[in-house]
Amino acid sequence: MKLLEHEAKEIFRAFGMPMPPGGVARTPEEAKKRAEEVGKPVVVKAQVLAGKRGKAGGVKFADTPDEAASHAKEILAMRINDLPVEAVLIEEKLDIQQEIYAGVTVDRNERKYVMIGSGAGGMSIEELAEESPEKIIKRHVDPSLGFQPWEAREMAIAMGFKGKAINRLGSFFMRLWNIVSKYDVELSEINPLILTKDGRFLAADARLNIDDNALFRHKDIIERIQRAPTEQNERELKATAEGMAYVELDGDIACICNGAGLTMATLDVVNLYGGKASTFLDLGGGSDKERVEKGIEIALMYDKVKAILVNIMGGITRCDDVANGIISARDDKGIDVPMVIRMVGTNEKEGQEILTKAGIPFMKTMEEAASKVVELVKEAA
Amino acid sequence: MAVLVNKDTRVLIQGITGGQGTFHSEAMLEYGTKIVAGVTPGKSGEEVHGIPVYDSVRAAKDAQDATASVIFVPAPFAGDAALEAIAADLNPIVLITEHVPVQDEIKIIHAAKSKGIAIIGPNTPGIITPGAKQKLGIMPGHVFSHGDVGLMSRSGTLTYEIAAGMTYAGIGISTAFGLGGDPCVGLTTVEGVELFKGDKDTKALVLVGEIGGDAEERAAVYVKKEYDLPVVGFIAGRTAPPGKRMGHAGAIISGSSGTAAAKIKAMNDAGIHVAEKPSDVARILKELL
Repeated sequence: MKLLEHEAKEIFRAFGMPMPPGGVARTPEEAKKRAEEVGKPVVVKAQVLAGKRGKAGGVKFADTPDEAASHAKEILAMRINDLPVEAVLIEEKLDIQQEIYAGVTVDRNERKYVMIGSGAGGMSIEELAEESPEKIIKRHVDPSLGFQPWEAREMAIAMGFKGKAINRLGSFFMRLWNIVSKYDVELSEINPLILTKDGRFLAADARLNIDDNALFRHKDIIERIQRAPTEQNERELKATAEGMAYVELDGDIACICNGAGLTMATLDVVNLYGGKASTFLDLGGGSDKERVEKGIEIALMYDKVKAILVNIMGGITRCDDVANGIISARDDKGIDVPMVIRMVGTNEKEGQEILTKAGIPFMKTMEEAASKVVELVKEAA
Repeated sequence: MAVLVNKDTRVLIQGITGGQGTFHSEAMLEYGTKIVAGVTPGKSGEEVHGIPVYDSVRAAKDAQDATASVIFVPAPFAGDAALEAIAADLNPIVLITEHVPVQDEIKIIHAAKSKGIAIIGPNTPGIITPGAKQKLGIMPGHVFSHGDVGLMSRSGTLTYEIAAGMTYAGIGISTAFGLGGDPCVGLTTVEGVELFKGDKDTKALVLVGEIGGDAEERAAVYVKKEYDLPVVGFIAGRTAPPGKRMGHAGAIISGSSGTAAAKIKAMNDAGIHVAEKPSDVARILKELL
């Protein structure tokens, strides 16, 4: 689950993370009030789960509370990356001496957390890695010891800081680590972390992605944020509720399969035969008649779908059972796009007979099924 | 011979009294797997398909000489179950469970590593050695036949697809296992190749990868340097868009890293024969063997 900046900062606050003074606003009036409380020039920032919000016009500076209100009005009416802006964060405009990068992620090769810092913040870590990789300081976290204060200080030193800044930045990293380990964070970025002209390190931005698999032990966060944990459309929500993986693409053939690898491979084979997938729908490894029917139902909700390819590598799945299910779904609900079925499992022959009788192509191999569905789409066009 | 699992492996099932544990224990027994004990805390004295159930891994191991564990425990408790198996020195430990929190994965992977224990998974279909009639996992046993090709994969059903194609073509398998679909898994692809390298009876390898991370690239580098027998590769997700998780937590292209193109290139550079479609794997093997 990705947290909005102001939601992440609520957690930051609880851990004593230094941040610019400010607060969240959902109306221009509230924005004005927040700016008055700050009592200095402010920045008005769109709260939206999208990168590059600055470039999209979602970050604006204001010298007066009235100006903050008018910026807020404009930003609250925006959509960034096709997502509505439902709140703005008003914070003190900082007197910047240096922009710094601080982050944490999971290194999948080492299978460890890795703390990342750079004295050259502001730009994205990917851009920084291209431009000056030597300025990126990384430190893997020992899984049994956790991140240690001396390691945090060494990072600060390696990032080029001296004197009091070493301890200050070190304790900033320690707080970040404490948040990460407490809340099962899989990715965090503070970019920029600002060193002000008067020597303070302040988190000017905050990104926290919490491991979805660990949300069961962080119910407090879900309760506190009071919004749906993910931004999903109706079809994605439905698939998630069924425990299926669903991704929409820009082609026109819905691929409904069991297992992520097989579904990806099916998309690829459709492509090899000149077709393009509209839908990646992984029913889950153990699939049965009900799940296939449900999957077809969800796939048909997407208006780009012009044909359906079902590819089930079953072990114990009974093909005749699934075939009957598909026919009853077609007869009950009316499936108005061509379908091709490929299934491996028990009673393949019986399944094939049932479907062939009903005029639905049943194929033995992935290749035959993919080439058939591509052909049917072309015929229909 | 085979890798990790052979005829002497004595299997313990953690979570044997749950729905998945009970169902797959039966399928494993039918296949021939030597399941000697089950564990569900609070249920000692019960039996599942004639297998005695114990309260703890230690008790089950002491009573039945178990050597390996298969874990079907739900995700919130799977990490704890794995640590219990590690403490009892079971090896390998097959962690079938999907959706284990990454922080728990990191903990168990390193705890196992420090003791030299192989964790297969999490989020894996398991491991099968057809020649020993031993399957520690959820794969349909009949699609795997005995032979001398090693098979490793990050996915479940795609592995069955490829194994079935091999069986149909008359090519058998020494050992096949799923590496796991998560970003962080125990036994790595490189370590898998290393294991097969040490097995005299494995004469060729199949590496089934997918988008996300660079485990395949690393394995390709290792193959180029250290592995002289034929290797056939397949990468799923050639047409997957960047930034989208394709079913597996680990199957995601981030920015420009983790693409199928990069993996295929690394494999080609290492002399690995890359199949375009799953069915090409058996065809290429046939030509090579």
